[in-house]
Order: sequence, then structure tokens, then C-alpha cells
Amino acid sequence: MTTTAKLDLNEDKTFLDSTELILNMGPQHPSTHGVLRVILKLDGEKVLGAECVIGYLHRGVEKIGENRTYVQFGPYVDRMDYVAAVSNGLGYCETVEKLINVEAPPRAQHIRVILTELNRITSHQVWLGTHALDIGAMTPVFYCFRDREEILKIFEKYCGARLTTHAFRIGGCQWETYEGFEKEVLSFCDFFEPKIDEYEQLLTTNRIWVERTKGVGVISGADCIMLGVTGPVLRGSNVKWDLRKAKPYSGYEKFDFEIPTGPNGDTYDRYVVRIQEMRQSVRIIRQAVANMPAGPIMAKVPKILKPPAGEVYHSIEAPKGELGYYIVSDGSLQPYRVRVRPPSFVNLQALDQMVRGRLIADVVAIIGTIDIVLGEVDR
Amino acid sequence: MALAPIFRKIFLVDLIKGLSLTFRYQDPKEIYTEQYPLERPQVAERYRGLPRLKMNPETGKTLCIACDLCAKACPENLITVESERDPVTKRKVLTKYTFDLSRCMFCGLCEESCSTDAIELTPDYEVAQYSRDGMVLDQKRLEEGPDRKEYKR
Repeated sequence: MTTTAKLDLNEDKTFLDSTELILNMGPQHPSTHGVLRVILKLDGEKVLGAECVIGYLHRGVEKIGENRTYVQFGPYVDRMDYVAAVSNGLGYCETVEKLINVEAPPRAQHIRVILTELNRITSHQVWLGTHALDIGAMTPVFYCFRDREEILKIFEKYCGARLTTHAFRIGGCQWETYEGFEKEVLSFCDFFEPKIDEYEQLLTTNRIWVERTKGVGVISGADCIMLGVTGPVLRGSNVKWDLRKAKPYSGYEKFDFEIPTGPNGDTYDRYVVRIQEMRQSVRIIRQAVANMPAGPIMAKVPKILKPPAGEVYHSIEAPKGELGYYIVSDGSLQPYRVRVRPPSFVNLQALDQMVRGRLIADVVAIIGTIDIVLGEVDR
Repeated sequence: MALAPIFRKIFLVDLIKGLSLTFRYQDPKEIYTEQYPLERPQVAERYRGLPRLKMNPETGKTLCIACDLCAKACPENLITVESERDPVTKRKVLTKYTFDLSRCMFCGLCEESCSTDAIELTPDYEVAQYSRDGMVLDQKRLEEGPDRKEYKR
């Protein structure tokens, strides 16, 4: 007896000899990058649909924000997207600065840009390492984490912490750069550029990698916009949208860089986009260090911060996409409401559309390619 | 027909390229592992670790003036400061200072708010204790710092 029913991924109807199956993937599945539960509707190996169940890492960050003063809430935002803590801090500080109508001095802005771009590199390194590990390439994770160490050392020397940095304050930066900061950052740039080539040497042309990623999880640019997807996922679908260019903040209009895009919107394109973004980050860091202005690093901000009543929304380009903060102030010491628009949470919506008609093994690849951090999804 | 892609495919050029990189890193000079208790990492000067209350080195008295600013700045409300008025000098004198390390997230807001630089987060990164009660540091332990067992190679 032979059953040679050929698997046609583009066909919507089920096979005659199989029944639909509901399967839980997670919340303790290692490839879901934390505690994400995905309910998969399966027909054999083929995925008919996926539903995400979130909330396993909910810590109530937004509610905590209502019970802390504006300065005190600073360290908590680092704990949302913990692999890109500096970006979170930058977004929050810029939002409150917008609320109290203060702008950080140019030197502080340059320090912010350097650290945020370094943080973008670390975030992409963690993504690359774990994503490749999910797909089956074990080597890149070691090299990524080894090179990430160099950036974490810079963070540690600058602000005293490696991961949850709390590097910026409302109105500027708390610390002046340490001695040899510029030199160390530049030597990191020189050290890191060949390392990107090494990552590419391992993956870009590797036939197993290409087979596993090309044509997997395709999403069109129009669908991305409809779902509100931002960041490298959107750019991988050939939409040139980057908040650093579209709505420059923290002096990004002064820097010369490109927005990498991918043509097809599949997993491979998103990989190429992120690799190119690392190169562009290095380019921005070099410019920021070369044009580092002198001057104060802290704007005049009252010790007891009491913003006027009102509301403000500000968003930045975090490594994973648009990170927005919406703060309502009632004129008291504490915010009336803090709402965070995390990129991973919105990007995760696209999962269902991307996995439809693919195999279970591709679900793992697609969750990896969206680059979610559950601390940020659940907050 | 382009022969080069077929040649590359048959002779596994893409895989060999990756493997050659991995092979290059087999050099013992490239070992990155730290043998932790034997080899202690040097953390940065600004590292935010175990808190310490500083004393005036000449008089041996605490620098803390019991102004309560650190307790107010702390997002987690983990610092308690108790004080009483000195009847002679009419100044506040510190009577009790506790720091609950189990809730601390080392944000550094307490040391930033301190007006006399009395509280400080030191580069001491080994903060584990055997019990929850052991995590609540009193003034004496904050001033003396931890006693460490040194591991030798």
C-alpha cells in the first residue's frame, strides 16, 4: 500500500486521509524565545492557522508607571525589551522631554546616538545567533555572543551596567563619557566590520540556510502596513520606512546612512536587511564619534519634575521596529497613564499570515525572523 | 551554461567556506572562556553593584545626614532611614539605615540623589545570600562591606 499524496503547500483544502489537529506550541518551547504559546491548527505537517497566546511574562509595566514619578520609571522601561534596553530608555526620555519641552544638548544627543546604535548591533547579534540556532546553524550564536561582549564592556564602562543599562536621564545623560570612550568605540567599529563578514561567510550562501529561509514566511509590504508591522520585517518587504529618516529624533537628521530593504519579504530578506543594518549602524557610530561636539550633557530640568497637564506620543526606531510611548500627564508628580507601543507586540500579529500553508519547522523559523522579545510583548 | 554555480554546488564550496572559518577558530589562542571563581573578571569603575555607606575616613563617622533623599528617590522604596534630633547641635542623627537588596535593581538613583555622596554602588558583583533576611543590609553591613572568601588558583 502506498500513500504518495504530494504535499502542496499552496492548496487550501485538507487531505482526504487526515483530520485537522490542534497543537500547542509553547509556552515552554525553546524556539519561541521565551514564554509565547502558539496554538497551531494543523493538517498533518501543514499549518492551517496560528493563534498567539501571550501574557505569560506580564509584569504590569504600564501600571507601575502610573505609580512612580517620571524619573523613577526610567529603570523599568529597560526591562521591557531587555536585549535593547538603551533604545527603550531613549524612547522614554525623549517622550518626557517632549512633554516638558526640553531638548537634550547636542553632546548628549551624540552620546545617545552612539549607545543606541551599539545597542541596535547587540540586539541584531542576539537575534542572529538565536534565529540561526533555531534553524539549525549552531556556530553563529557563539561568534555573535563573543562579539557582543565587546559592546557590553563599553556599556559597562559608560553606565555601570551591561544589560539593563538605565543609561539616559530625562534631559540628557547622567554620565560624561569615560576616558578613551571615543577610541574604544572606534576600535570596536574596526573590529566589528570584519566580524559581520564572518557571519555572512557562515550563512549568506550556505545552502541549508538558504533552503530553510528563502520563500519562508513571505509577507507583502501592503499586508505589513495593514497589520502595523514596522522595523526590519517591514523593510524586508520592500517598504522604505525608517523613523530615523522619516521623523528624525535625537539628531539623526545629521547622519548619513541608508535604509536597507529586501525585495521579497521572506525570511532570507529580513536576514539580509538586519545584516545590512548592522553595517549602517557602524557607519552612524563612526560619524557620531567624528563629529562629537563639546558642551554640557544635561539640559536644565527641574529636580522635582512636574510636567504640565497634557498628553504626548513619541516614537523611535528601536532595533525591532517603532517603539512608541504615549504619556498622559495630569500635572502631578506621576503620569496619569503610560502606554507603550512595543514593536514586537504589533509585529507578532503578522505570524498567523506568515505561517499559513507552511510546515511546523517553518513556524520556528518565522517566530525567529519576527524577532520578538516576550518581555516587550507582554510588558 | 554557467559552469561555476554547478561546480560550487557539487564541491560544497558554500559549506567549506563556513567550515574553514570554524576551523580557524580552533586555535587555542581564541579561547574566550573565563574560569570564574578562579579567574575574577575586572568590572568597570562605574559598575553598579553592592551598595555601601561611606564613612569619613578621619573621624570614622558616617557621611549620611539622614536627609531621606535616597529613600524618596528609590523606585522600589527599599531604603529606610530613621533619625532623631541631636538635642545639643539640633541636627539629625542617623539611627537606622536598612537597604533591602532583594528588591534592588541597581538603577543607581539613590547614589545620584545623595547630597553627601554617602551611599554608593560599588563594583562588588557577588550579592548572593543564603536567605531573604540576609539580603536586608543594615548600617553596619553597609559600612563594612562583605567579607569575601578568596579562591586561589
